[in-house]
Amino acid sequence: MVDTSPPTISPRREVIKQEAPAVFGEEPVEPMELDRLPYAPALEATDHVQLQQRYGLFIGGAFTKPKSNSYRSTINPATEEPLAEVAEAGSLDVDRAVAVAASAFSTWSRLPGAHRARYLFRIARLIQERSKELAVVETLDGGKPIRESRDFDIPLAAQHFFYHAGWADKLDFAFPKGRRGPLGVVAQIIPWNFPLLMLSWKIAPALATGNTVVLKPAETTPLTALLFADICRQAELPDGVVNIVTGGPKCGSILVRHPGVRKVAFTGSTAVGKEIQRVLAGSGKHLSLELGGKAAHVVFDDAPLDQAVEGVVNGIFFNQGHVCCAGSRLLVQESIAEPFMRRLRRRVGRLRLGDPLDKNTDIGAINSREQLQRISALVESGVAEGAHIYQPPCHLPERGFWFAPTIFTEVSPAHRIAREEIFGPVLPVMTFRTAAEAVARGNNTRYGLSAGVWTTKGSRILWMAERMRSGVVWANTYNQFDPAAPFGGFRESGFGREGGVQGLADYLELK
Amino acid sequence: MATSQTAALPWSSIDPVSSIDAVGVEARARLLAGRSVKRSAKLQALDLAIRCIDLTTLEGSDTFGRVAVLCAKALHPTPGGLESPSVAAVCVYSAQAERASELLRGTSVKVAAVATGFPSGQVSPEIKVAEATEVSRFADEIDMVVDRGAFLAGRYRQMQEEIAAVKQAIGPRHLKVILETGELGGMDQVRHASWLAMEAGADFIKTSTGKIQPAATIPVAVVMLEAIRDFAWATGRLVGFKPAGGIRTSKQAIAYLVAVSEILGGEWLTPERFRLGASSLLNDILMQIQRERSGGYQSPDDFTEA
Amino acid sequence: MTPPSVAKTPKLYLDGAFSRSESGRVYEVAGMINVPRASRKDLRDAVAAARRAQPAWGARTAYNRGQVLYRIAEMMETGRGQFASPLGGGRAAARQLDRCLDSLVFFAGAADKLVQLGGSVNSVAGPYFNFTVPEPIGVVALVAPQKPALLPLVTGLAAAVCSGNALVAVVSEIDPLPGLLLGESLQNGDLPPGVAALLSGFRSELLPWVGSHRDVDLVDACGCTSDEWTELARAAADSVKRVLPPTPRSSPLTPELALRCMELKTVWHPVGV
Repeated sequence: MVDTSPPTISPRREVIKQEAPAVFGEEPVEPMELDRLPYAPALEATDHVQLQQRYGLFIGGAFTKPKSNSYRSTINPATEEPLAEVAEAGSLDVDRAVAVAASAFSTWSRLPGAHRARYLFRIARLIQERSKELAVVETLDGGKPIRESRDFDIPLAAQHFFYHAGWADKLDFAFPKGRRGPLGVVAQIIPWNFPLLMLSWKIAPALATGNTVVLKPAETTPLTALLFADICRQAELPDGVVNIVTGGPKCGSILVRHPGVRKVAFTGSTAVGKEIQRVLAGSGKHLSLELGGKAAHVVFDDAPLDQAVEGVVNGIFFNQGHVCCAGSRLLVQESIAEPFMRRLRRRVGRLRLGDPLDKNTDIGAINSREQLQRISALVESGVAEGAHIYQPPCHLPERGFWFAPTIFTEVSPAHRIAREEIFGPVLPVMTFRTAAEAVARGNNTRYGLSAGVWTTKGSRILWMAERMRSGVVWANTYNQFDPAAPFGGFRESGFGREGGVQGLADYLELK
Repeated sequence: MATSQTAALPWSSIDPVSSIDAVGVEARARLLAGRSVKRSAKLQALDLAIRCIDLTTLEGSDTFGRVAVLCAKALHPTPGGLESPSVAAVCVYSAQAERASELLRGTSVKVAAVATGFPSGQVSPEIKVAEATEVSRFADEIDMVVDRGAFLAGRYRQMQEEIAAVKQAIGPRHLKVILETGELGGMDQVRHASWLAMEAGADFIKTSTGKIQPAATIPVAVVMLEAIRDFAWATGRLVGFKPAGGIRTSKQAIAYLVAVSEILGGEWLTPERFRLGASSLLNDILMQIQRERSGGYQSPDDFTEA
Repeated sequence: MTPPSVAKTPKLYLDGAFSRSESGRVYEVAGMINVPRASRKDLRDAVAAARRAQPAWGARTAYNRGQVLYRIAEMMETGRGQFASPLGGGRAAARQLDRCLDSLVFFAGAADKLVQLGGSVNSVAGPYFNFTVPEPIGVVALVAPQKPALLPLVTGLAAAVCSGNALVAVVSEIDPLPGLLLGESLQNGDLPPGVAALLSGFRSELLPWVGSHRDVDLVDACGCTSDEWTELARAAADSVKRVLPPTPRSSPLTPELALRCMELKTVWHPVGV
């Protein structure tokens, strides 16, 4: 790897040398910073992956050419090399997808739940069987470390189908019979940070409850959704139950406005979510939104220090920080700020940034050039507004989109980096003195997706959990997900829940 | 976890960590054990692992003959033709230490002997000191067991005093203190016992006797290594680490090296501060090295037993 | 001329292995086949194995237990052929097998729903966080009906083990082969040894020991006659064992079947800084 700074973030080299602020103490001279055990490149094999040159739209159980006749290529963000061409669905294509889904709905929704369950179980199994292929493609297309796609994204995607398969024949026990029904055609728009996982969060509950789906994956990460289309074929899922249309924001806009759509489920930015809510106003369409976040990650003085460091690292550097519920505002109790930050800096210095296909990579590539520019701009604002930046020495590859793990101290709650969602590997750190102050500072945001609390005192965990205004509160852990646990936000982080019995309700007409 | 009554000890210091979360430790351990060390890096790691092995036999059935075979293997791990460094030390019962020291005199291989009523530690303090004194005539290193009974009963001072007394009795010889983590009951206790042992003068802290399950595990190693790091930060003293018990494969050995490297760093990647207590591990490493060099899988019959 | 077929020796399924009765006794079924006649000591061993296996099985994630049950269903589906003849063949056998698969799949998907369906968070009048969760009761003994030989056994087994219980089943006495054959699906489906045992034998001989065994936590008397049920319940009183009544033939699949093999635990914890 060549030591080259990304072109977009110039102040990095200079500011590294800045001294840490007094409250966190001097960065100690580390007597142990000598050599380490070398790891040779350990690249995941890609020879079992066969990508097509060009993908059409998956409508009515088959790949079809887009009527728009337009394609765009999707690239590997780690190399900027094109992977495949993907269709750009136009208005006519969306029409057809919704029509096909509507016609499939009449039979699919009447199938006994146990039959729908069988299909979903099959899909879960097929995802498990093809997990390595899916993991590699997820990493190629999105830039995330293979360790994460292999150990997190793909297994959890399979689990979501398995879990919701189990609900399909048990809806009677959660919702009174005769007072519930499926909605119809559901339009689902998912983001680029967890492509197959977000697909499974959307499609599994929709199908379990008897709806049919038109799903649009993100324009930078469409490939695993297209592989999923092939899994639907292998599962012999009835044609038209799942349709996948690829395209950009325009395609998404056409889809949510389509009169044949009965519900829109969107995961993505708060700005787009607001726009969708505006567009759907008065239409009677159901809507669920899972939007941005700026989670407070609160570490008390009695926290298990090293595990808290681990949780904080996982909270902000997991998936390069491209996580809506990332622990993106660290609040450390002032009395332990120094020992905590010492450990945190050291741990961040051990993170390995590089080829996402390397099994030892902790931080992969930033998903796109646009995202890299957004992160860079916000980091520059942090420096300009007077926060202290720390980045460990870190070699960034020459090609592709990269950003070194970054910690800001001396952050004021008024700084942009403390208020805006960065969606990158950037952690602003603030301190607090009392639990009440942690709550006040933590809740001082328009978002409300998640929060983290580290303390060994059980009663304080519950006290904090009662007061944090967020849809998820993690205590002594972070970034845990399970299909049985409802996930979703308060306030401008959106509404609706995914997972658990509560997640099913968002796909049902309940009288 | 700091104990207030330890002020008299030479390395007394307050532990900055008040609790350990076992679930978090397990997650960290999985991450470390999941590191993939391949090709040239693997050969380097395995070479280092051999140089850090305490080749061990601790059986009631040990004889002079058995110890002689072990010493020969320790010095020349491979039969003719293959190259391998010697291991760091042989580890034997105190009754075998004299014999081992005769056989290994003038070589780089050290003699380590277990003492203080190994493996249970259930003998009187006087006998512990006497045994340590006696065995230090022949051994370069003493692997003592701590009094887990005293620890679990909250008599921390007694546990520390025994360690300090043994350390005094053996003079300049290296003291490895076996915590027997499988008997301590949890990660908080592993951390506490590690800290107490380091305060009392341990040169190494060691996980297990090998006679109790669970013996060494990566999660326990994570906790002990973090304690060693914090102790170094607090006192400037670099204490060594020795996992022992149940380490049989190259993959396990590499996982410990990875943990040492990522938690402590290069200063600990030396036989001075890292040992692997093991016996059958050595042959597995040799087979793995040969597999890397030759490109084909090996037969155990090409390697000497012991 | 075709050679005589290689006949299979029916065996008990006990602690993950196929074995003859420790008593060495058999009884003849359909005038052809010698079936193990399990003794009270076989029952004792099965309960001991179940007790050993249950903590680890209960500690697995519900998702994992669900997947094991689903795997058992996969194994039964591919092994349909060998069940057909012992079940009497024809449409009826096929239908019973279909319903067995439905049961397994139903409870495979129920494993990770039971806490949500059977548990609660309770609004208590005080600064306490209070919740109630169902957890597996431990070792369940099941007495399968004489007929049908397979479906109630499979349903009862899936319902009991999906939540993390271990189960000892006494299969049909007059038609034991389908029940014994089930052991192969359980083993092939990677159900851990000891989590389920299948014993054939004389009910009159085994049932008193089932009822009085103090290390059995619950008896599912789904296949008992009214008299057998009464006897079991009476014997069970000594250790306050739960006893589930005989089930009607066409009872639907519900999560309740699994929840009734569970205990409820309520946890209190203060809320404060």
